[in-house]
Amino acid sequence: MIELDGVGYGYGGRTLFSDLSMALAPGSFHFLTGPSGAGKTTLLKLCYAELTATEGRVTLWGRDAAAMDRDAVALARRRIGVVHQDCQFLDHLPVSENILLPLTVAGRQDEGGQNLRELLAWVGLTAQAGRLPPELSGGERQRAALARAVITSPDVILADEPTGNIDWEMSQRLLTLLIELNRMGKAVLIATHDLNLIRAAKAHVAARVLRLRDGRLLQAGADL
Amino acid sequence: MRPLPVPVARVLGLLARAPAEGVRQGRRFVAFLAGDPQADRAVPPTGFTASLTLLTSGAMAFLAVFALALALATGRLAERWGEELAESATLRLPPAEGDAAATQVAAALRVLDQTPGVGEARALTADENRALLEPWLGPDLPLEALPVPQLVAVTLDGEDFDAEGLRARLAAEVPGAVLDDHTAWRAPLVVAAGRMRALGWLSLLLIAGSTGAMITLAAQAALAANAQVIRVLRLVGARDITIARAFVRRFTLRAGWGAAAGTLAGMLAILLLPSADESSGGFLTGLGFQGAGWLAPLVIPVLAAGTAFAATRAAALRTLRTQS
Ligand SMILES: Nc1ncnc2c1ncn2[C@@H]1O[C@H](COP(=O)(O)OP(=O)(O)OP(=O)(O)O)[C@@H](O)[C@H]1O
Ligand SMILES: [Mg+2]
Repeated sequence: MIELDGVGYGYGGRTLFSDLSMALAPGSFHFLTGPSGAGKTTLLKLCYAELTATEGRVTLWGRDAAAMDRDAVALARRRIGVVHQDCQFLDHLPVSENILLPLTVAGRQDEGGQNLRELLAWVGLTAQAGRLPPELSGGERQRAALARAVITSPDVILADEPTGNIDWEMSQRLLTLLIELNRMGKAVLIATHDLNLIRAAKAHVAARVLRLRDGRLLQAGADL
Repeated sequence: MRPLPVPVARVLGLLARAPAEGVRQGRRFVAFLAGDPQADRAVPPTGFTASLTLLTSGAMAFLAVFALALALATGRLAERWGEELAESATLRLPPAEGDAAATQVAAALRVLDQTPGVGEARALTADENRALLEPWLGPDLPLEALPVPQLVAVTLDGEDFDAEGLRARLAAEVPGAVLDDHTAWRAPLVVAAGRMRALGWLSLLLIAGSTGAMITLAAQAALAANAQVIRVLRLVGARDITIARAFVRRFTLRAGWGAAAGTLAGMLAILLLPSADESSGGFLTGLGFQGAGWLAPLVIPVLAAGTAFAATRAAALRTLRTQS
């Protein structure tokens, strides 16, 4: 569904990474690790066409991302649920409406109801549904961001540090949700520093761990 | 009933034309205005630009009502003056007594009767003369005691009327007769009235243009203020047209309501103008709407909303194309 082929990204004369290839196929489960500043967030942005690769080719459902027009990018993004590292909410709308936003912009708001209630309960935000995002704690915001990323049941889920501010028990609940979606055939990619999370996932799914370091993408072994 | 002035008739005609297509577009437009409340809430209320748009479109509509009234009234005036000008003339015979007077009138009528382009010629009666002079000299005028000229009202009905030829014949056959075909003093008035009408329509165009420009600026300000909101909407897969629609709907409704209020205020102001008989009161008191003309200003809010729709849509789509 999403393929990177010899992709590189640079800005201002500096190359962040280059010649990087991977494929997010249906049912695949990936972790992306690497030191801070290695370019994990940047790599995810290439996957949802927020940035354009400076070399190589990013393909979204068979189409070259660099050649897609704005409407095509919008339609592709509806098939990708993203947990942004900085969450990206509309601060004037309550949490529940923020979570429903991907359905709203797609004109599918009537599909929300039941899913929303179950999701809110699962991520423990039922009581916070009517609050505004700035009133939430960091962990609550990340849980809301994950709920928003999966509300449309998208084909691909990209999560950037989804458990950074979240306690271990809640992290496992979120992981369980992603594993369930993965079993339904969704492709999941989680960028994280949390080795415990990776180990916990590996107990349930055949997750591949990619390591971004010094501008290269490596397949990490069992050693992590 | 007087026919509607052409531009207004054309606008109304456009609205009425091709009912099937028109109705379909109308329904789509109404659905668009009704909107999707949830999607609209995605863009936060823009308090400042909102009241600004409401206020300016109200003020512009208020001005537009007067420009429209001016255009219509001067149009009526130009038309009527033009018609009277083309259709009538007056012959003034020197004061005379008894038989001399009758002979003089008879001679004048005979000349007029033989003049091509003259439809009807009629000597004014003493009562009519008195009525004409009353505003200046008061009632109970002893007209018989005064050397008052005899007037002959002449109706013209042909293109081939030759004022100079008639004057020459009158000079020979009815000495002292003066032909006034109104051309000399009314022609500049007709030109002026026509010019005023053109200025009225030009003012309307300028008002529409400034409204469009003002709304474009307001829309751009709203888009710039909401850059982060737009970014988030994009990230969750909103298309440009969806984002634009939320802004366009707002500005269209605001401009429409503002203009409706302004139009009503303007119409009320015109309605409350002290009234006087248009024929005697002349130009200023005639500055109003007549009959079906009262429907014309109702087009203003529709035009304002249409202008806002087009301006905001263009501004939004352009801004969204260049943003990120
Ligand atoms: N357009 C840009 N202009 C300037 N610097 C940029 C740009 N894009 C990325 N960077 C830099 O590239 C580096 C990689 O950023 P990125 O956010 O991808 O790292 P990351 O691996 O996600 O780090 P973290 O684990 O801290 O989230 C950072 O040093 C960032 O400042
Ligand atoms: Mg990052």
